[in-house]
Amino acid sequence: MNPGGHAPGLSRAARIGWTRTAVVVGLVLLLELLCRTHVIKPLTMIPPSVMAVELGRLIAAGEITDDILQTASEVGTAFAVSVLAGFALGALVQALPRVRRAIDPLLASWYAVPFFVFYPLLVALFGMNVLPLIAIGVVFATPAMMLSTIAGLDRVPRVLRKLARVHRMSPLQEVALITLPSAAPHLFTGLKLSFAYAFIGVIAGEFILSGGGLGYGIAYAYESFENRKMYALMLLVLLVAIGVNGALHVWEARLARRRGHA
Amino acid sequence: MSSNAEADSLAHATLRAVTRTYPGARPVHALGPIDVDIARGEFFSVVGPSGCGKSTLLDVLAGLSAPTTGHVTFESKPVAGQVPDGVGVVFQEDASFPWLTVHDNVAFGLRRAGMEAAETARRVDYAIGFMGLRDFAHAYPAQLSGGMRQRVCIARTLVLQPRLILLDEPFGALDQQTRLLMGDELLRLWRETGASVLLITHALDEAAMLSDRVGVMSARPGVFIDLVTTGWARERDSRIVSDPGFGVVTARLWSSLRAESMKAIGREA
Repeated sequence: MNPGGHAPGLSRAARIGWTRTAVVVGLVLLLELLCRTHVIKPLTMIPPSVMAVELGRLIAAGEITDDILQTASEVGTAFAVSVLAGFALGALVQALPRVRRAIDPLLASWYAVPFFVFYPLLVALFGMNVLPLIAIGVVFATPAMMLSTIAGLDRVPRVLRKLARVHRMSPLQEVALITLPSAAPHLFTGLKLSFAYAFIGVIAGEFILSGGGLGYGIAYAYESFENRKMYALMLLVLLVAIGVNGALHVWEARLARRRGHA
Repeated sequence: MSSNAEADSLAHATLRAVTRTYPGARPVHALGPIDVDIARGEFFSVVGPSGCGKSTLLDVLAGLSAPTTGHVTFESKPVAGQVPDGVGVVFQEDASFPWLTVHDNVAFGLRRAGMEAAETARRVDYAIGFMGLRDFAHAYPAQLSGGMRQRVCIARTLVLQPRLILLDEPFGALDQQTRLLMGDELLRLWRETGASVLLITHALDEAAMLSDRVGVMSARPGVFIDLVTTGWARERDSRIVSDPGFGVVTARLWSSLRAESMKAIGREA
């Protein structure tokens, strides 16, 4: 007898995972059904299975390889710059309380600013190339890493800093052996958010302002009524975002479980 | 040789005319003047009202905080600016590293010191066994109780084989039974290592049970108002609480401390 009504041998986390998967699969199947029965018109949306087949064909034919590489390099560069700059600036601000008091309100209202309006300025600064798009990704993603770094460093227990002195660590050793591992969960959240913001910034930038990349490909397909290609590219963007975020989430959960936070 | 110099050469650690004032718009005189010697192999405890400077005393002796006046020595060498080699500190707060297993927590200091792997393994294995953590060697601190985490911190200090162990209310967060048992572990550790121990505690019974000598501090700025020698044999454990002498020692500690504790909470004795 199984009084809880749950599958025997499954942990709570596994049950939640399976439920989540079932909901997503159910929604995809519902969408497939609505498209196949023309409740949703073919001009509005194509069935998910057709999107997947078209995506496979585009990849196999190499039609979108350049776009994938361009977007990947832009997102990767924006992400790397954001993480490094966000960590350095966060550590600096955390160490300087007066500076922190001064810029706290600016950081808090950062995401209320529509940075895309600065695109002409970025083009004037960097030229008509990928740099303005990377700059938009960096501008979007850096504050997330900064805020997470500040939060992480704030929460390094004072007793561990004292312990570093008991072990006669140099400042550099203290950072490597105490500060970074202690702040790791917050830094990890910063990585996750920075990737998401860099991805959003770059794709949105390409969509509106670029001549290449996946965002541009979606916009171009939309304007040329290439429904299949447009949805296939949208599916690819969605899969990458969910895949990377999911992988980081699994890694983060493992880290949290070790520390008893899950 | 002056009498002070003679005493210093016999003592394991000394504090001479030590004061500590925290600077600021309104400087706070937290401690002293303190004059005390801790003999080699002695178990010395410090009790006192809240905020009397007990932890400041430990910080100054450990080299974590510089005295405003006076001087501190450990093994006849001045303690200045950093924690001397041979001194181990256990804090009241949980200072285990949550990202390391119990084994790696305990091995931390030895690995940093570049000790050979086989010797590290031997010492860590002994310390983990000594503190009753063998079944949890591969667990993370989050999977342990508060008492077990504190034992991890003690084991991490123990493996470094300190000659002076400074303990800042290490059992403060534990229940009474666990504290008694941890006290037994601490006595066993003290006997086996031959180290000198300075224990800061707010629990009079703990100080009376564990110590060779107990220093009673006044309300802030903390100075020693009584030094009580317990006279216990080195071979002792928590069962000493049933000894008639235990009540006598505890009563003396309380009679010395009562008026100071009243002062600390703003009431006349």
